Parts: sequence; C-alpha cells; structure tokens
Amino acid sequence: MALLEVHDLEVNYGVIRAIKGISFEVNEGEIVTLIGANGAGKTTTMQSTVGLIPKKAGKVIFDGNDITKVPCHKIVHLGMTQVPEGRRIFQELTVYENLLMGAYSIKDKSGFKNDIESVYERFPRLAERRNQIAGTLSGGEQQMLAMGRAIMSHPKLLMLDEPSMGLSPLLVDQVFEIIKQINKDGTTVLLVEQNAGKSLAISDRAYVLENGEIVLSGTGKELSESEMVKKAYLGG
Amino acid sequence: MEVLEFILSVIVNGLSQGGIYAMIAIGYTMVYGIAKLLNFAHGDIIMVAAYTIIVTVNTSMPIGVSLPLSILLSIVICVLLGVAIEKVAYKPLRGASPLAVLITAIGVSYLLQSIAQIIFGTAPKMTAKLDLGAFKLFGVPVKFSAIITLVITVLVMVGLTMFVKKSRTGRAMVAVSEDRGAAQLMGINVNKIITITFIIGSALAALAGFCSIIEAPSVTSTFGSMPGIKAFTAAVIGGIGSIPGAMLGGIMLGIVECIANKIPVIAPYTDAIEFSILIIILLVKPTGFLGKKRREKV
Repeated sequence: MALLEVHDLEVNYGVIRAIKGISFEVNEGEIVTLIGANGAGKTTTMQSTVGLIPKKAGKVIFDGNDITKVPCHKIVHLGMTQVPEGRRIFQELTVYENLLMGAYSIKDKSGFKNDIESVYERFPRLAERRNQIAGTLSGGEQQMLAMGRAIMSHPKLLMLDEPSMGLSPLLVDQVFEIIKQINKDGTTVLLVEQNAGKSLAISDRAYVLENGEIVLSGTGKELSESEMVKKAYLGG
Repeated sequence: MEVLEFILSVIVNGLSQGGIYAMIAIGYTMVYGIAKLLNFAHGDIIMVAAYTIIVTVNTSMPIGVSLPLSILLSIVICVLLGVAIEKVAYKPLRGASPLAVLITAIGVSYLLQSIAQIIFGTAPKMTAKLDLGAFKLFGVPVKFSAIITLVITVLVMVGLTMFVKKSRTGRAMVAVSEDRGAAQLMGINVNKIITITFIIGSALAALAGFCSIIEAPSVTSTFGSMPGIKAFTAAVIGGIGSIPGAMLGGIMLGIVECIANKIPVIAPYTDAIEFSILIIILLVKPTGFLGKKRREKV
C-alpha cells in the first residue's frame, strides 16, 4: 500500500516553474530515493510535499489522508517528519533540547524518556554531548542530531534531504548505514541525494529528477545499472 | 552626605527607571526575535495600561480594591489589545516586505493615540490616589514607587528567564526565532508561538505602565511614546532579539538617564545623551552587547 502518494505536483518560484507536474509514491517499508543534480528540484519537492513552501498544483496523499492543504506544522502529527537540507538543527539549543523539540508533536509525554534513551543508544556521540550547545557540534554530529531529532516524533515516513552533504566519506557510509537500520526497524524512508551510487545501493526504488521533471524510475538496482544514470550520476 | 545621596539615588531611581525600560524592551526584543517585526505600537500599549489604571483607581472603590483590580484589568486589556493588533494588523502581512510591516506598526501606534485622544481628550488625566509616599534610607528619601518597580522588575526578569530557559514553550520560542521553517517541521505552530510572544510582551508593557504611573500619575495620549522609543533604544543597545540584552540595555539606559538628570549642566541633554549612546554602540558593535550575528537563511 502506498504510504505517500504525490500526484502532478507543481511548484513555481515567481515565474520560474521549478517543479513541472511530478508524481511519485512511497510504499510502506520501502526506501525510495529521488536523485538528481543540483537545481533539479529535489529540495523543492521535499519542502512542498510537507507544505513548507506552497504548491501551485497537485495532490499529496499520506496514509490515506489528503494532506495537500494541511499546514506544515500539523503534518508531523500525522507521522511524516523531514530532516531538512543543511540539517537546520537549533544551534542555540543544547543537544537534549533539540531532541525535546523533535518530540514537540508527541502529546503523550510518558514515552519521552524511553525515546530519548533509544536515540542516545543509536547515536552514542549525542549521549556524550547531551548538554552541549548544538551549534558547537561537528558536521557529522549535527547530522546525527538532525536524524535523532526527527526520530523523536515517531515518524511512519522519514524524509531525509541530502543527509550526506558536506560529510567525510567515512561519515557518509555511517549515515547510510544508519538510514538502513532505521528502515529495518520499521520506518519508511524517502531520501533525496546527490550521492546517487550510495543511495541507489540501499534503495528499493528510485526516481531521477531533471529540471523539475521525473525522467526515469525503477528499482535501485535497475537504475544503478541504467546507462543514462551511470553516465550522468555515477561518473561513467 | 551628598555623595551618599547621589549614589543611593542613582542606584534606586536608575535601577527602577531602568527596570521600566527593560520590561518594555523585552516586548520589543521578543517580538522582533520571533515574529521578525518591529512593533512600534508597543509603547502605546503602556499608555492604554496607564489610562486603564487611572480610570479604575479614580472610581469610588476603596484604593485597596481598585488598585489590585486596576493592575489586573490593565494586564487583561493590554494582552487582548496586543493579540488583536497582531491578528488584525501584522498577521495578514506575514511574508510581506519589512517596510510594509514597519509602516503598519507606525500606523497602529498613531491609531491608538488618536483613539485615546477621542476618548480622554488632550488634557492630562491625573489621580491623587497613587502617591505612595517615601521613606528615609540612611537619611536619603526613597520613594516607595521605586522599590515596588524594583521588586516587579526582578520578579519579571527571573520569571521570564525561567520560562524561556526551562519550559517546552520557551524553548520552542527560541527554536522559532532561530529557524521558523525547521520549527514548523518539528510540528511547532509558529502562529501560536507568535501569539504567546505578544501576550507576554503586552503583559509586561502593562506592568511597565503601572510602574510609570505610580512614579508620575498623569497620562496623555503620548504617554507611551518616549518610554517606547527609549526602550527600543535599550533593546538595540543590548542586542535586538536577545532577552538578557534587553534587560541589560534597559537597566543601563535607566542608570545613564538618572546620572545625567542629577548633573545640572548636562541634565537638559539627557535624551540626547541616551540616543547618542545608541549611535556609538551601533558604530562600535552593530549587533549590540549580547546580540548575535545570524546567518541569513534562505
């Protein structure tokens, strides 16, 4: 069953048509990736899907509900959480307080202690630095915090926008490993990446976005073997 | 004796005047930090509080009843007014150019002053019931009103700091002021946080109005203009967006004002001196004392 369906999504920036009517879906339990070059419209797609930027046209169905017009802050409550591009953790808050904000949408506070302990278990670095101001964390730690913060909201669908951006190769491997793990533990994942090789390797399915249009789709394996993808995104 | 009197009076009066500025400045700085707008109608909220208090204590009720009632009433009216202004004047302009919002704020300020003039006329409204008297400290007369202001200021500062630092809503306010988009992605309702900010700012403005009115119980429609501008200056000196900065800037400005007023040669230039400090601070440290340089986010 499709957990997320996006139909004919269009987004404009002024007169520029950034997204020209794309459709895709994410099924329960999958890891789905949107790959594409800089400026292809990946982040725009992610942000308009959750209502952070307005849609010109299209329809978004999540978990059976039409959320096309639902305001951004309510979407988390339905079970769709996004780790935004550039992580955007709250620099002035501590690691702990960032995680507290991650749990903002959870009305029942009784599980908070358990949730935060399980985040600390998954990301031991965050446990060590729980009282540190988040702005002083390294890039890798900030990415861990952004993912931990998102998990605090118990998402059914976790959306990650360029989680590998700006990280060392070792950390990139670690981040993809964690994404795989989170998915194994029962969370559906929608990933946006420039790192096509690594993301296709962990994806069930993927879409290729070019100039605001989906030009190719298939399983992760199919796409990583496609000549077109190899040429444009895998360096040969 | 004279030195002691000078020092004591600067401490008591400077701190209490500074406390009033600080309470108003907190409203400016919180609204700027969270809603990203300069609410120039904020000073006029003080005027509304002052009229409310004077009208209430001038009724035939005994002062023991009317005074607490007037404080409560001024807070309620100011909070409702502040929230209404935000909903009617500022909320429709979210996303509009900062200039449009600024002009609207100035318009709201004039509107409130004009309404006050229509209701109360241009002659100052006064009361004799709020003279709280004075006592002698080391032979120096100290007004009770200054002590009350000091107590209120300390309570407000401690309470607000605890609220912002310890409560979930307080932390959410910091989160919204830092990154509105990311805050929304966490499920934080930005509109609600902005409303809470206006509630707190307006309540503090009401308290500042009370503290001003026990100091000098006479109100006109422009009662809040000068304190408003001074408090805005204090907020910028302290670093606009920073709550501790607003407190620091307010207290500093109050003390400077008090010292300048005590020295006969420069007393006429007190206002000029205060605004010159703003210019100097902006030249030397444009972010103010405790302000942070923020990356502009896209």
